[in-house]
Amino acid sequence: MTDFTPQPPAAGCRNAPVLKERGQREVFCGLTGIIWLHRKMQDAFFLVVGSRTCAHLLQSAAGVMIFAEPRFGTAILEEKDLAGLADANAELDREVDRLLSRRPDIKQLFLVGSCPSEVIKLDLHRAAERLTERHAPHVRVMNYSGSGIETTFTEGEDACLATMVPTLPDTEERQLLLAGALPDVVEDQAVSLLSAMGIEPIRCLPAHRAAETPGVGANTVVALTQPFLNETAALLERRGAKILSAPFPFGEEGTTAWLWTIAQEFGVPAETFAKVTDAPRARARKAIAAAKETLDGKSIFFFPDSQLEIPLARFLTRECGMKAVEVGAPFINKQIVGPDLDLLAEGPVISEGQDVDLQLDRCHAARPDLTVCGLGLANPLEADGLSTKWAIELVFTPVHLYEQAGDLAGLFARPLRRRDILSDLEGAA
Amino acid sequence: MKLTVWTYEGPPHVGAMRVATGMKGLHYVLHAPQGDTYADLLFTMIERRNHRPPVSYTTFQARDLGADTANLFKTALHDAHERFKPQAMIVGSSCTAELIQDDPEGMAATMDLGIPIIPLELPSYQRKENFGTDETFFQIVKRLAGPMDRTAHVSANLIGPTGLGFRHRDDIVEVTALLEEMGISVNVVAPMGATPQDITQMGQAHFNVLMYPEHAEAAARWMERNLGQPYTKTVPIGVGATRDFIKEVAQIAGVEPKADDSRLRMPWYSKSVDSTYLTGKRVFLFGDATHVKCMARMARDEMGFEVVGLGCYNREFARDIRALAKDYGVEALITDDYLEVEKTIEDLAPEMILGTQMERHIGKRLGIPCAVISAPVHVQDFPARYSPVMGWEGANVIFDTLVHPLVMGLEEHLLHMFREDFEFHDEAGASHHGGAAKLRDMDAPAPEPQTAQPVAAQAPAEGDIVWLTDAEKELKKIPFFVRGKAKRNTEKFALEKGVHEISVETLYEAKAHYAR
Repeated sequence: MTDFTPQPPAAGCRNAPVLKERGQREVFCGLTGIIWLHRKMQDAFFLVVGSRTCAHLLQSAAGVMIFAEPRFGTAILEEKDLAGLADANAELDREVDRLLSRRPDIKQLFLVGSCPSEVIKLDLHRAAERLTERHAPHVRVMNYSGSGIETTFTEGEDACLATMVPTLPDTEERQLLLAGALPDVVEDQAVSLLSAMGIEPIRCLPAHRAAETPGVGANTVVALTQPFLNETAALLERRGAKILSAPFPFGEEGTTAWLWTIAQEFGVPAETFAKVTDAPRARARKAIAAAKETLDGKSIFFFPDSQLEIPLARFLTRECGMKAVEVGAPFINKQIVGPDLDLLAEGPVISEGQDVDLQLDRCHAARPDLTVCGLGLANPLEADGLSTKWAIELVFTPVHLYEQAGDLAGLFARPLRRRDILSDLEGAA
Repeated sequence: MKLTVWTYEGPPHVGAMRVATGMKGLHYVLHAPQGDTYADLLFTMIERRNHRPPVSYTTFQARDLGADTANLFKTALHDAHERFKPQAMIVGSSCTAELIQDDPEGMAATMDLGIPIIPLELPSYQRKENFGTDETFFQIVKRLAGPMDRTAHVSANLIGPTGLGFRHRDDIVEVTALLEEMGISVNVVAPMGATPQDITQMGQAHFNVLMYPEHAEAAARWMERNLGQPYTKTVPIGVGATRDFIKEVAQIAGVEPKADDSRLRMPWYSKSVDSTYLTGKRVFLFGDATHVKCMARMARDEMGFEVVGLGCYNREFARDIRALAKDYGVEALITDDYLEVEKTIEDLAPEMILGTQMERHIGKRLGIPCAVISAPVHVQDFPARYSPVMGWEGANVIFDTLVHPLVMGLEEHLLHMFREDFEFHDEAGASHHGGAAKLRDMDAPAPEPQTAQPVAAQAPAEGDIVWLTDAEKELKKIPFFVRGKAKRNTEKFALEKGVHEISVETLYEAKAHYAR
């Protein structure tokens, strides 16, 4: 056994026609990424410059208010800020001063652009430069846009990481850079598996703290951990880094293919690779098998949400026996999800963008066993008799790599199991 | 510019959504970018609604800005009319659309769809959610309602309940019952449950019951002036207020103030000796003005608490709340700044907070019990059971609500007697709240080996299981709320396999074994 590359189907979806739609989109904007990014980067603060709507979105998307004073906030634009931009800049400087004096633990401050700040053309890039000078060397101020007119949900994380890339120090060191904000437990597992193969050093973007920020250069090899880092990947490439092309590490097969691509790049012998991965691979297969009993033969329909849809459809069809009816993604970059599309057998409708009413019509006509969708659609679809999986849970739960493969399958199996258990209950909805 | 961590109110277009979602047969076309659709989840998740809110978002993007966002709006309006066939539509802008000045209101006026189209002007950078509900309902009523012959039988409209309201669903039932006991029938309940067609019939009622001034005061005043319908000023929350409400209604309607209060248990519960320990408890109130006003009276006159401070987040009612505070001899706090509320509570150090979900979090942090009495709402504020705050049953419900977060009488005495008991201390909270104490246990594994060791020494050797350092570290990475289960499962698995040392491998072997 010397090759761990997965077997592609007779015909994959890379060249399948893509149904492109535009209309009403039932998705979050890029600001939502702040909910997990502010926990990942422990000395960073995310200051949205926006409206009351932005603040309300963050609060609603966070669902419960876990933290008395989180490391994010909104500088709400008021009537007078709209009248004169000079004043708006002065106001922003004042709010940042107050914030940083109250939170001396903050080392990185992100000014996050919103729909209103983009429309009034408030130049947050210049504001960030100005504020960096003012608060150097203690705090680095950066900016990116999480606005809904430019970014969809996970594109916010992409924009955040992309804005960091030009600021990363140069390094000529041969290193592996894992790009994408992973839950700590997953990140540690990735580092431990790859270290056991003899790959080092391994760095992560984003780092937990500003002081651990990785460098980048011509000898940097980047493995993307998330399929939505289009801009980040392009900018890292421009810094000379090599971006590996691989299926994403969801499920046993995806994880193996992802690790194997890295291993080949670093010249890891197949025996070593087998020695490190044999046990966890067997565990992952075993754990997936438990959920597969529920999922096998069931149909699934993806509404566009996080850009995880294509890799997940690949996992659920190949490893859990599901049948994909439609795989919708807000945005499809074949350079990045191409390897997953190659492995996804032809058949499902691949759709990009959204006209939610038309897509709901298709979903109702198909009556899939399971529909993956956002929180605004889930209960209405359930009330119509369709089982749903909320998509947002997929970005708020550790789902990557071997040890989480069973959990990932379980997230999809649970709504179906629940439906079976509760099948005889009736009442008002 | 104002730095905000948490907000008490959303933007005004969310208020308009609350009116639209409460109603039937009305559709809202909102000129807005993608992302603003987040507001749908407030209704489908928090309120568990089984339908999407009747809102179409134009979803313009950056690349549309130079081009033709106005046309996007027209198409969306047209498509929504075709697809949903509403009896009437409301149209307006979210905060971003307000800036690009497409004038959807003006555009809608030029489109003849054969149904009433009601334009809304909701200034996003000045006003907030409650202004949005009040203004939207007012515009709908103004456009659709008109003078009519009164019903032969004395009747009233119930106005103010909306989607996402604090207990509105059940308050309607309770107030309807109060009126029926006096022989008054309900003409229209609006916005909640009403169609645009129903709104046109509002003029038939003899008077209006203004249930929530926050959401329907403008409409109530307009109907008083233009339809000749007086409206009630008392909000029936609490025993005293409910009795006052009955008197007020009887006077307006010219009927006998009849009331069947046989279901009312609250006054006796408050008088019974078990409640003695409530006497003089220092409470702080914060929420929307109406609920704070009613709850302050209940707290002082019906529960026997001492009100040490009060305030509201909706500035529209600042004057009322300042006057109320004067009555109670305390300072009014009028603010929508969460941190300011927290600071005030910290300084006043009350024994209990009657507040919103925000204050519940403040209370958690400061270790002060909190009962939720007002919006903004949380999924917990939509209980499956019948649970109004108005009328007789409302008074019963509030009694329970206010007593529940407190430590019970005797338990409180024991806390004072034996302060440093390791499992029965101030921070452990009331024993009938299970959760809190357990959370601490799982989060603080340090004492476990110490308490486990003596047991293990006496127990048979086979029960002896050691966690290797790496595995223990790995275990701590598991979220605290499932950590206990992971630990138990791993140990059970290890026992079954005859493994005495738990490594990271064992942990994950066990995880795979129990995978579901």
